[in-house]
Amino acid sequence: MRTARKFTAMAAGLAVASLALAACSSGDTGDDTGSGKSEEVEVFTWWASGSEKLGLDALVGVFEVQNPDVEFVNGAVAGGAGSAAKDLLQSRLQANDPPDTFQAHAGAELTDYINAGQVEDVSGLYDEFGLRDAFPADLVERLTVDGKIYSIPSNIHRANVVWANTQLLTDSGLDPAATYATLDDWFVALDAVREKTGRTPLSLATTWTQVNLLETILLSSLGADGYTGLWDGSTDWSSPEVTEALADFEKLIGYTNEDRDGLDWPDATQQVIDGNAAFNVMGDWAVAAFEEAGKKSPADYVYMPVPGTDGVFDFLADSFTLAVGAPHPVGAKAWLKTIGSLDGQVAFNKAKGSIPARNDAKPEDFSAYQQSAMASFSQDTIVSSLAHGAAAPTAWVNAISDATSKFTTGGGDLAGFQADLVAAAEANAS
Amino acid sequence: MPRQIRRWGPPLLLISPTLILLGVFVYGLLTINATTSMKDIHNAAQANGREPVSFVWFQNYVDLFGSEEFQHSLKNLVIYTVVFLAGTMIFGFLWAWLLDRPVRFEGVFRSIYLFPMAVSFVASGVVWRWLLNSNQGEDASGLNRLFQMIGLPFLQNNWWNNVDVGIAAIAIPAIWQLSGYVMALFLAGFRGVPEELREAARMDGSTSWQMYRHVIFPQLSPVALSAVIIVGHMSLKAFDLIMSISKPANYQTKVPAIDMYVFKSSFDYSNAAAVGAILLVIVAVLIVPYLVHLNRTEKH
Repeated sequence: MRTARKFTAMAAGLAVASLALAACSSGDTGDDTGSGKSEEVEVFTWWASGSEKLGLDALVGVFEVQNPDVEFVNGAVAGGAGSAAKDLLQSRLQANDPPDTFQAHAGAELTDYINAGQVEDVSGLYDEFGLRDAFPADLVERLTVDGKIYSIPSNIHRANVVWANTQLLTDSGLDPAATYATLDDWFVALDAVREKTGRTPLSLATTWTQVNLLETILLSSLGADGYTGLWDGSTDWSSPEVTEALADFEKLIGYTNEDRDGLDWPDATQQVIDGNAAFNVMGDWAVAAFEEAGKKSPADYVYMPVPGTDGVFDFLADSFTLAVGAPHPVGAKAWLKTIGSLDGQVAFNKAKGSIPARNDAKPEDFSAYQQSAMASFSQDTIVSSLAHGAAAPTAWVNAISDATSKFTTGGGDLAGFQADLVAAAEANAS
Repeated sequence: MPRQIRRWGPPLLLISPTLILLGVFVYGLLTINATTSMKDIHNAAQANGREPVSFVWFQNYVDLFGSEEFQHSLKNLVIYTVVFLAGTMIFGFLWAWLLDRPVRFEGVFRSIYLFPMAVSFVASGVVWRWLLNSNQGEDASGLNRLFQMIGLPFLQNNWWNNVDVGIAAIAIPAIWQLSGYVMALFLAGFRGVPEELREAARMDGSTSWQMYRHVIFPQLSPVALSAVIIVGHMSLKAFDLIMSISKPANYQTKVPAIDMYVFKSSFDYSNAAAVGAILLVIVAVLIVPYLVHLNRTEKH
């Protein structure tokens, strides 16, 4: 009995202590940084590990050189490929407790924040920092909403890239150096892989990678203008051209691994690295996975634009905003200046493996893949990626994801899929 | 009057913190949730008041129940709950019955069956995602590979990737985790039957089976009811296990709790609130009769 009472007392004491601790820790976020710097900036990102963390560290290095008076406060939130950070950001913005600047995919993903009046128009900063000339005109056009720009991109990724295992292609009797002008040519190669080696012709992962594949197939079938028209209403989702693209998508799904829904992109890319799958369509962050595995191109792997999309750069970008009601607008502007600066972009992208949005970076500072991406970025037509929030607002992307998942798991037929996509467009197009 | 205060005052003062906290954080927030679900807040701008919001009564509910996607989620929830309930009840009862007879190492067995409950759904989900890999034939791994190795390749299937009944596969880890708990409940029930009753049954010449069938099992029905309620309400709220085996966007494993999450992440607060309210009602339908029943038996 006595010991039981003692135990209760201890438990109660612990509970009180933890409450007190919690109270203390929530008090820390005040202005008392104690470093003696006159300004500060809280930068909210989901760059908490891996190459993203390295990139952020490099960026902070440049920022501190450029702004010795501004204290950098790291607001990185780990987990769920950014979904944990987005959840927290959503609550903070609703509660009028914004960070000074936050990471968001450039483009339509910002729509919700713009309409809710949570991000400032930064077109003035574009003029002040001279960014209109530094970024490709196509990109600036993609970022502009009703004549205003709401974020400054820090890096560019390309979503329409096919990665392939050189050895497996050779075993299948294919020329690893070959590129495929059309999807039909590619189907022949995929058939060859299946017949000659019995391996998975095309590796695929969970829903968002399926949406990534879908957007590149739409791009391949409809062309750059037709694809862009899907988002501004000038291409009809119910048209026979879209039906044809969806039929190609359905055919491609037939070449993929059955356990796709349980995998994420590194698992699918790993299948190509290990020679268990011949092809994989994935954004160009996949190059880091090949490099980490010690693979060399073209000896071990090759890359090319998704068949039928040569000359088109399906872009996505991380970017930084200026939050409305930012507690430290001066610090936030200093951060945005570093984001847009040549030094900042070079340091960040060398570490992260993406390419600078600016067109004045020297290619020789970068890896072979990055050099090829930079060359494409400067001369190709630029279109916005769907799966990564550049082309359509979150609700629309979610609706397309749901429809795609329903279709690829066998919950509906092709006509139903197209009907779902049409409904998603009607509900979300502005 | 002062006497009444002296009588009511101190107890009221003592429970008032609880009452206030419950009032604000449970019932207050339930009310806010219910109001949100009857508005048309479908984007971020409406949520923070920059675009007009109107009161639409039950329109969100009508739309939800009318949409094929939500019906699919509800169907999944029913399948999951039925399989999960049946599985835990059968295994839990069976193990408890086996352990009720004098067995050597009873404590060891009890612990082994009970241990899975100590694992979090997220951790076991990560392991079971691998075990329930849907590849078959050459690329198989997990359970499908095991079936090949023990010569039962025809048992291979695509587990949770089956669009119609795949959700039932996710109930397997849930059953694995919770059966031990149901066993503990039943075991307590078995042990709660007074020895005199067993002796009396034996004196009357009943066989072991007759004793269980007519003396012990009838005494277990309150325990069985509690087990159904506890497991049932856990099943209706299923989220973490599904999230860690599958992904929120996967159509085959959608349940209302996942829909709520996806709605919220699309800034569709009204629909998220409506799904939350629907879930609350479903759980209440299960629990309220039980509470009423408990109340009545206590009074007797």
